[in-house]
Amino acid sequence: MKLKIGDLEKIRDKVKRTAILREGKAKAKVTVHMGTCGIAAGARDILSKMMHEIERNKIKDVIITTSGCAGLCSREPMATVEISGKPPVKYVNLNADKVKKIVLNHLIGGKIVNEYALAIGSERTH
Amino acid sequence: MDELALHVLDIVENSLAAGADRIRIAVDEDRRHNRLVIRIRDNGRGMSARALKRSMDPFYTTKTVRRIGLGLSLMAQACRAAGGRLDVRSTRGRGTSVRAEFVFDHIDRQPLGNMALTVVNIMAAGGAGVDIAYEHKIARRVFRFDTRAVRKIVPPETWRQPAVLNALCKRIEQALKSIS
Repeated sequence: MKLKIGDLEKIRDKVKRTAILREGKAKAKVTVHMGTCGIAAGARDILSKMMHEIERNKIKDVIITTSGCAGLCSREPMATVEISGKPPVKYVNLNADKVKKIVLNHLIGGKIVNEYALAIGSERTH
Repeated sequence: MDELALHVLDIVENSLAAGADRIRIAVDEDRRHNRLVIRIRDNGRGMSARALKRSMDPFYTTKTVRRIGLGLSLMAQACRAAGGRLDVRSTRGRGTSVRAEFVFDHIDRQPLGNMALTVVNIMAAGGAGVDIAYEHKIARRVFRFDTRAVRKIVPPETWRQPAVLNALCKRIEQALKSIS
């Protein structure tokens, strides 16, 4: 069994309607830290929640990716939010509710959620 | 980690860090022989004989951010706890393969968990530059997913967009449900 071509075409058509076509044109990038420590602390669910919240809020120009361990294992799960032209912000000890608030306030509203933010700075992605 | 799909994700993160652009994941739920086998193969830079020998030592790593490397040792422990074993083979410049075997109905075997989410997570990590082949066999029914086929229809530049990842995750979940 394979995914049907029709299913993939539906996804392609949806992308044409709702998403940007080049990563370089994205307004924002979210990087979820996916080292062993992050994965064990729940980073995959954080990434899933990010994906759903971004789509649910119909935010078109955001891309999601992952990075390795940033060296702050005790503060995982962590994610870095970068809005084009602004410094990246590292959020720590994330959970589903915090992700929801970060999407609403930072990605949509442009305001850093200070209470969840640890620092300004980004890390290497793949 | 409380599900095997998370171990898979962790191992593949190593593959990506090793520069792999082709990753193959195969899951075989062989209830007839009471066995679960997970294979991960990549074409990354591979390990030296010395690094391979020490790869399951949690206090050995090639990373510089911190001197602990838990990925393979955690998976090895998960295998041993479920009456199985982990084998790692690697050739410098050619890639690495990992084979994890578990006794299927062992009381201490972790659940396989959400493989669909792990696969799209790898797509988000690798983006357009990485191809993933995923095969999942349950008894005699097989599901195959290959991003080389996906890239012919869905532009790879869009693979890091939540709408694409969510849609693919849902389709893979449905397909897996249909063969189980």
